[in-house]
Amino acid sequence: MKKRCNVHYFPSAPDISVIHFSLVCVWYLSALQQLVGVVGLEIHAQISSNTKLFSGSSVQFLAPPNSLVSFFDASLPGTLPVLNKRCVEAAVMTGLALNCTINKKSVFDRKHYFYADLPAGYQITQQRRPVAVDGVLTYSFLGGRKRNQVMRKNVYIKQIQLEQDSGKSLHDDVNSQTLIDLNRAGVGLMELVMEPDMSCGEEAAAAVRELQLILQALGTCQGNMSEGQLRVDANVSVHRPGEPLGTRTEVKNINSLRYLARAIDFEIQRQTEVVQRGGAVLNETRSEVVHLPSNPERPSPSTSCRFMPEPNLPPLQVFEDEASLPAGVEAGQVVLLCTLRAGLPELPSVRRDRLVQTYGLLPEHSFTLVNEDGLMEYFEAVMKGTSRDPRKVIGWVTNELLGLLKQQDLSVSHSPVPPAALAELLELQEAGHISSSAAKQVFQEMWRSPGKAAPQIIQERDLGLVSDDADLHRICQKVVESHPDEVSVRSGNQKVLNKLMGLVQKETKGRADPVLVRKILQEKTS
Amino acid sequence: MTKMLAFQTLRVVSLEILGSPCNLLANNVYSITKRCSLISLQSQILRPLSSHQHNPKVPKVPTWEPVPEEQLPQPTKIPADLVDKLERLALVDFRTKQGLECLEKAIRFADQLHVVDTSGVEPMDSVLEDSALYLRDDTVTEGDCAEELLKLAKDTVEEYFVAPPGNIPLPKREERAAILRHSEF
Repeated sequence: MKKRCNVHYFPSAPDISVIHFSLVCVWYLSALQQLVGVVGLEIHAQISSNTKLFSGSSVQFLAPPNSLVSFFDASLPGTLPVLNKRCVEAAVMTGLALNCTINKKSVFDRKHYFYADLPAGYQITQQRRPVAVDGVLTYSFLGGRKRNQVMRKNVYIKQIQLEQDSGKSLHDDVNSQTLIDLNRAGVGLMELVMEPDMSCGEEAAAAVRELQLILQALGTCQGNMSEGQLRVDANVSVHRPGEPLGTRTEVKNINSLRYLARAIDFEIQRQTEVVQRGGAVLNETRSEVVHLPSNPERPSPSTSCRFMPEPNLPPLQVFEDEASLPAGVEAGQVVLLCTLRAGLPELPSVRRDRLVQTYGLLPEHSFTLVNEDGLMEYFEAVMKGTSRDPRKVIGWVTNELLGLLKQQDLSVSHSPVPPAALAELLELQEAGHISSSAAKQVFQEMWRSPGKAAPQIIQERDLGLVSDDADLHRICQKVVESHPDEVSVRSGNQKVLNKLMGLVQKETKGRADPVLVRKILQEKTS
Repeated sequence: MTKMLAFQTLRVVSLEILGSPCNLLANNVYSITKRCSLISLQSQILRPLSSHQHNPKVPKVPTWEPVPEEQLPQPTKIPADLVDKLERLALVDFRTKQGLECLEKAIRFADQLHVVDTSGVEPMDSVLEDSALYLRDDTVTEGDCAEELLKLAKDTVEEYFVAPPGNIPLPKREERAAILRHSEF
């Protein structure tokens, strides 16, 4: 935000300048109370299960329209909901992973609103008492000036509830009609409501990324934003710290992490400008999809919906262990917390700590490893094939490999260089057959021609390390003789030494052993 | 005395009921009625018919009294904006004089609940809220009936259901009053 500070200095009128100076001070202080953004997220995660939440029809991403619809999903009269055990387990596991309090008794409600893809006219959700409340999501992102410091932040989760998904509607404006596909109607969703603890798009994107990793590790949601398995709505407002929160707008229809960060930042910027101009922010929904009068948006919490307890479902009870089951209830029929807790897999934060412990990596490296899909497995595979120090290997993986992958927009699984090949290369470097700069050249070559092994390339390009003493002496002597002025300036000067080393390396095409060269040059120039 | 009378009427009733549908069980009708009457004797619950005597369990005059006006809270006035909002949410037209009166009477009737002391009592959702919730296994058992479902719809396009274009927003309050005045109601 730019500060418009016009300081006019009147040297001739002291009292006027004092008044003006104090005015400028006041203005400066008010400008310091900058508007900050407040971001709260509402996330709908599609539960990864075989069947829907209340009916036995299948859950698939692409299928012929209306082929995965049961009579209950189509809201035919006389049908009743039957809760899916897997969905309850998924919600409870997610709650446990996010340190929530699991409500031993939770109830279902009906949320009524009219929309064509909601055939019943209501959605079965858990508004009053959901399955899990009061959790915390700890996320990290690379911040600081050089973006290499791991900053950790918390965002509090108000509740996690089970609810039904609605169908899909395709707006056909040409024929002025809407086409409804109910394949998605009734699929189980976990709605995660977060407190407005974030202040910018980057934090929101990092939080969602961490949640994606957790859900993928648990197996409760595949977290693919582009396929609609993870839908994020952001509530954005601006205010001055200490003052009450401003009016919020909802940003919807976000289908990638990058767009999420950009859309939130854009919205904060827009609202800041509106407020600074003295205008008022309208409570509305902003989305990428332009809504024409013929197909307006679906109701959101701002357009209120009527709630009523779901009369067809008794409360959902979750028990601690078999000992606490009341008489007549079988263990196979209920969800037991102790079984789920014992079955929780390794969460991303634990994985990062384990990498730091096992390999002695820096936190930012383990962060990168866990953040990129498959990179950790790649790294561990390389480590199996080489005895090099992990801290040296990590540089190769996060800089060389990842750099090339990002450049060509490839995922780790599509890397042309398999882990074993990289391990072989690093072994050669460790054994002293090639220098580090030569190794980098070999790697580039391996990338360009996949399948070619490192030793083959080294032989072809003659990149083997030159460690023959006589040869090196000869080359060093030549370099020293051809640059007498540098040498005479000051013997043992570091800069001169480096320059000479550079020249030697140029002579040998980067194949000289740097340690030896340095020693020889030091002898020659002292 | 009344018990004997009721017992006999029950026998007659049961014979009547069982007579027509149980033609096939003509042999067993007598045994069934015998069992029925035995059971009814044991259960002591005699269900009266409107054409027969007054059941002693039902009092002859009403025993409840309407709650006096002083105990009830203020009668709620429903502002026009609220009527508008309710109509928008429920898609029900009730802004006629009759409709509003009906609503106000209903609210007044429900106000009687305020007299009851509910402190320390958990609210009840339904009488079945203590029953066990059945949890289903995650196996596919339904679906694949697109043809059947599409047959139920008036309009379909290539296996999609056809609906009117989006939510047609209700016109503003004043416009709607005008529309209603001109309508048949």
